[in-house]
Amino acid sequence: MEKLDLQALGLRALNEKLQKQTDETNQKDWEIINPRGSHAIAVGVDAPINVTVRGSTGYYCGGMNKQAHIHVDGSAGPGVAENMMSGIITIEGDASQYAGATGHGGTLVIRGNAASRCGISMKGIDIVVHGNIGHMSAFMAQSGNLVVCGDAGDALGDSIYEARLFVRGSVKSLGADCIEKEMRPKHLEILRGLLEKGECDAKPEEFKRYGSARQLYNFKIDNAY
Amino acid sequence: MSDKKQNAIPQTVPVQSSTFSQTINAEIRRAAATGIYDIRGGGAKRNVPHFDDLLFLGASISRYPLEGYREKCETNVTLGSRFAKNPIEIDIPITIAGMSFGSLSGGAKEALGRGASMAGTSTTTGDGGMTVEERGHSSKLVYQYLPSRYGMNPDDLRKADAIEVVVGQGAKPGGGGMLLGQKISDRVAQMRNLPKGIDQRSACRHPDWTGPDDMEIKILELREITGWRVPIYVKVGGARPYFDTTLAVKAGADVVVLDGMQGGTAATQDVFIEHVGQPILACIREAVRALQDLDMHREVQLIVSGGVRTGADVAKCMALGADAVSIGTAALIALGDNDPCWEAEYQKLGTTAGAYDDWHEGQDPAGITTQDPELMKRFDPIEGGRRLNNYLKVMTLEAQTIARACGKSHVHNLEPEDLCALTLEAAAMAKVPLAGTNWWPGKPGSSY
Repeated sequence: MEKLDLQALGLRALNEKLQKQTDETNQKDWEIINPRGSHAIAVGVDAPINVTVRGSTGYYCGGMNKQAHIHVDGSAGPGVAENMMSGIITIEGDASQYAGATGHGGTLVIRGNAASRCGISMKGIDIVVHGNIGHMSAFMAQSGNLVVCGDAGDALGDSIYEARLFVRGSVKSLGADCIEKEMRPKHLEILRGLLEKGECDAKPEEFKRYGSARQLYNFKIDNAY
Repeated sequence: MSDKKQNAIPQTVPVQSSTFSQTINAEIRRAAATGIYDIRGGGAKRNVPHFDDLLFLGASISRYPLEGYREKCETNVTLGSRFAKNPIEIDIPITIAGMSFGSLSGGAKEALGRGASMAGTSTTTGDGGMTVEERGHSSKLVYQYLPSRYGMNPDDLRKADAIEVVVGQGAKPGGGGMLLGQKISDRVAQMRNLPKGIDQRSACRHPDWTGPDDMEIKILELREITGWRVPIYVKVGGARPYFDTTLAVKAGADVVVLDGMQGGTAATQDVFIEHVGQPILACIREAVRALQDLDMHREVQLIVSGGVRTGADVAKCMALGADAVSIGTAALIALGDNDPCWEAEYQKLGTTAGAYDDWHEGQDPAGITTQDPELMKRFDPIEGGRRLNNYLKVMTLEAQTIARACGKSHVHNLEPEDLCALTLEAAAMAKVPLAGTNWWPGKPGSSY
């Protein structure tokens, strides 16, 4: 385990150390102390390493992550795991707005609640939220899965494409073109795997599935509002 | 003369309304028939104050000219020297604007890269990500960071020579984009992670920030991912150039790209193109004023675009304080877009060469704004690259000709004092004297 003190080292030097790790690295385990809500911690990492952040982070922690397992032992600011490509990012506390925005792959696990726009424009990422999510989540979500063990706020899945949304609690309202869909055996299977991955104590049968009605896929007059 | 003719009463001739012109009436009828607004490509077609309303004064007794063909007149530009370890060095002050693979064919993107590289300048990706062909044929490639984030990934980000954070564009400040389903080929769909054949919307705002303070943190993140190596541009449409430039600089931009309403788009509503945003002529001096107020003029470079067509336009932009220009529509015309050689096919599409703007429909006879394999075969990227290089050379020579006539050994030495305006509007926007006077509307100390 190599310990990095962000306040002593500075952001550039810290990120440079993590970004220099390759597939062959022997230094697998890293610990970041004194994050103090700093922005852009552990961004652009591309190596099979484990990074634990001891404390809460600011904007864009783990941005564009590839391969790495990043564990935030605190809460995360806006845009955590934005545009993630692969790997796993786990947040012990809550996540602010835009968690997992535009993520292309990998898994984001939020053990607390997520604020608005969780999974906005997601492109293949899997997001598992133990608590609730805020309004406008999964806006223009293209692909991937969003699992919410609690409740969802207003306008869930507005203008959604092919992403799958699974919500156990209530949904305050659905956005344009988002509808409840039949939960078929294959969806239960997908959900079971995601719940296991996210270490959620919930049963797939307790969830409802939401997705696109595919009525906004091609421009026509009735959609022009 | 017959009695009948002698007694004829003079008739009032039919008068067409200026308000309800034939063009407007046709649009009303089209709207009534279809119930849908007009979507098209390109930039504003209306007549707005532009570079043609400015003239250079040239040298005289008080100004000493340089020999037109022999004396040195440099054109090189450094972009991104504020923070980037590796600023972009280009040989000419003309860059190629962002145009997406998807809206353009792969061959057209390749030709832009080839032509720009031969001319010693940069080209820019566009919505939809970076293609192998484009990267391979572009010696200097600017990677656009757009709200859709289609195709965005850290590997391509690190292959880029600069990153352009697109906040807006001149054709539609405040608007997003739309790539209609007929242009979504297998490859385009795969790059954008969406099913084939559906319309692909590009959001009007970024998904993970909401204002200038957030943008500053986003720029920090992009710099951290790329090791502070490459310049970061911020592109804005011509809406509030003074404040947008100020905020972009405050957010940490190395370069501000400012696009006026004549700048093209692949597709948006005609009403947006023609009625939102300002002409580039009205924007440049305000952006320069913002940079000067921050003591950042030439420290943060300014690239302007929107209707730049000739070397005279380039020289005028330099004189107004820009560091470089960017061209999109003009580059497509150089490649062969709207060429009269395809007139018969334009007629079949209900238009004519020079007016064809249904770029979003993917039926471009020239094989440029299409993903149709048969149409794409008509376009030769090598020949297209050669033509673009020729055009860029001519523009550069023209700008040098003017600069030398004004006694400047570098195009950046051109200044507002080299210009006058032909109209009151242009004088007010460019803040240069109306021809024959020493006055412009709003001139400090003036009562008007």
